[in-house]
Amino acid sequence: MNDALRLNGDLVDRARAAASAIADDIQQHIEEHTTDTTERATLRLLGIAGVNEIDVPLVNVVAEHARDLLPSGIMRPFVDLMNRTGKTAQEIAEGVAGGDLALTEVPEERRGAAEARAVELANEGVARIDAVRMRREQLVAITGEALKPYVYVIVATGNIYEDAAQAKAAARAGADVIAVIRTTAQSLLDYVPYGETTEGFGGTYATQENFRLMRTALDEVGMELGRYIRLCNYASGLCMPEIATMGALERLDMMLNDSMYGIIFRNINMQRTFVDQYLSRLINARAGIIINTGEDNYLTTADAFEKGYTVVSSDFINEAFALRANLEPWQIGLGHAFEINPQTPDQVVYQIADAQLIRQLFPGYPLKYMPPTKYMPGDIFQGHIIDGMFNFTGIFTGQEIMLLGMLTEALHTPLLQDRYLSIKNAKYVFESCRDLADEVIYKPGGKIEQRANDQLAKAVDQLEHVRDISLFKALEDGEFADVKRDPQGGRGFEGVFRVTPSYFNPFFAALREGRMSGAPEGPAPGGTASVKEGGH
Amino acid sequence: MVIRPYGDTKDDGIIQFSFTLPMPYSVKAADVGKQFLEKLGFHTVAIAECKAIDPEYTLFVAYGRTDVGIDPDEVKGDYLEVEEMDYYAINALIKERLGRKLRVVGAAIESDAHTVGIDAIMNMKGFAGNYGLERYPEMDALNMGSQIPCAQLLRTALERNADAILVSQIVTQKNIHVQHLTQLIELLEAEGVRERFVLIVGGPRINNAFAKELGYDAGFGPRTTPLEVASFLAQEVVRRHEEA
Repeated sequence: MNDALRLNGDLVDRARAAASAIADDIQQHIEEHTTDTTERATLRLLGIAGVNEIDVPLVNVVAEHARDLLPSGIMRPFVDLMNRTGKTAQEIAEGVAGGDLALTEVPEERRGAAEARAVELANEGVARIDAVRMRREQLVAITGEALKPYVYVIVATGNIYEDAAQAKAAARAGADVIAVIRTTAQSLLDYVPYGETTEGFGGTYATQENFRLMRTALDEVGMELGRYIRLCNYASGLCMPEIATMGALERLDMMLNDSMYGIIFRNINMQRTFVDQYLSRLINARAGIIINTGEDNYLTTADAFEKGYTVVSSDFINEAFALRANLEPWQIGLGHAFEINPQTPDQVVYQIADAQLIRQLFPGYPLKYMPPTKYMPGDIFQGHIIDGMFNFTGIFTGQEIMLLGMLTEALHTPLLQDRYLSIKNAKYVFESCRDLADEVIYKPGGKIEQRANDQLAKAVDQLEHVRDISLFKALEDGEFADVKRDPQGGRGFEGVFRVTPSYFNPFFAALREGRMSGAPEGPAPGGTASVKEGGH
Repeated sequence: MVIRPYGDTKDDGIIQFSFTLPMPYSVKAADVGKQFLEKLGFHTVAIAECKAIDPEYTLFVAYGRTDVGIDPDEVKGDYLEVEEMDYYAINALIKERLGRKLRVVGAAIESDAHTVGIDAIMNMKGFAGNYGLERYPEMDALNMGSQIPCAQLLRTALERNADAILVSQIVTQKNIHVQHLTQLIELLEAEGVRERFVLIVGGPRINNAFAKELGYDAGFGPRTTPLEVASFLAQEVVRRHEEA
């Protein structure tokens, strides 16, 4: 399967080398900066939860209170206060919120004690994540593992209880992964809402309590079905690392977690996004979470036939960043989709070429394949067939996470029957074509092989160009998705800080050290890109 | 003339259905579905499929016949009748009868950050297999993008001496689009320049009657192609030019 198409190996090596250089350049920037949400995630990792009397999360209250101290890291002054008062982290946060306690610079003589205690607390925080990961592995062993490709569907009622009911119905119909779509514009909130929620716009708030409620529902239905049902949410937007922390603690299994999506599609500042994705991915890596990247979105704004190679380039870049954040190949669910206009002659031929190319470039990675949206018609009967050809492409090219298309995609959020029909469509195609790819070979030098090599060559050109001008400049020029962004512009730039020489945050080391390794179902190692050890 | 749905024999009135009832599947489920359709006034109901999609829900696929008919001539409304032309004919029409380039400015206005609608109609690459307005050699088309304040759009239209203004409104939560569209009309009228432009609006919740009601010259709803907009623009601008 992995050599089904004869790809130019030299180009593959050049693509990885260029992506690696691009990521190294940005990694340098990442290590020289921190952000307010990075420091808030640090506080969450210490176990701080809850909100003040006007619903502002305590971690926001503390980070805002200590804003001047953030360039050296929140941990040292925070733990110093714990040392001096004998209070727990939560008590300190409440004290700061109540105005009874204040964080201050730590004088030289107390530094050693504060740092030593902080290291212990970081190790304890990481141990909590490890325990959740072990629990997942136990449950997968007890309930049983789903057969790949995973059938991934979305719920989005706004009400977590109704979401849970719909998710259970979807699991019973055959879904393996449930993603809870977030309410409109949560990605632009500079805090994470708190508690259970029953109202949202086009989705449901990502809160730690909602995570917990949905987790419980999926564990129940998983036991009933004898299949572990995975839960997915979004570690994206202005609070990437904080949501990753919540997901790690509440046993989410997948997270949308892209290194560039927020920059391009949410106009979040690029410097901030790169810094934020790093800690969020270190946490996901430690928690055994599979990340999903968002390249599929590129071709909703740019044309798939002409700009398909930008997805290939971006997958290489996302891979390079993911490896630098300690994610293993089995955790890196690179996203892709090449939705070519169905009126294009041989549309499915090119669709297969693009999907097979990505499959071969990233062996062992749980690739996420995204369904048609842009060209879905109001004619739902026609739409159902377009989805069927997409499912065919997915099974034929060995995709592992299939977000299913809905026949009513162009019309409304899925009706109960739409989700059911969509799952039936996918299951029929998967089971009827499961071994087809093993039985046929691609025509050497045919349209598919040529298209794949052509896409690869264009991706290499783009990656080497981006390497030469730097990723910041490339984003400024609109290299991806035809969207242009300003390095100093966008949301959240005011929360980016250049770190001081005495920056201290022991979580970065703790998340990397002594980590568990390997996929729950056994290792499925893939890519071999070299990784430079980074770290704050 | 009164017409009815046509299945396989003229006037047979056959309609197909699919729906879900919140009931567990049981042997009587098919009759529940059948009687439900009969209550709606259909006869000769046939349940083609009836099955559990969950322990709590049953899906039906069914057919029924209706005696109800409709006369299309009795359906009245404010519809935009555009004679659809092809790309070459549109360019030729502008060149021959306007004698200069047709100038058009477009934007998604105020808080609306979505460029998908205006891009589909204006961008070079176009949509659904036909070119956007920027590609037309006889048009001077400027796509200003999204989140453009009304005042800025008007200033640009005046500076460029535009023949037409295209407005896209995608976001419709709490009817914010109505507010924005009204704001633009009010501004044009306050400045006394409303009549200088062919004013067109498009979006998922727009239709021609609604656009007219707001004071626009035409409204285009979902699935509109650049060709339809270009045809209307060329014909309307030429018509006004020749009347003037």
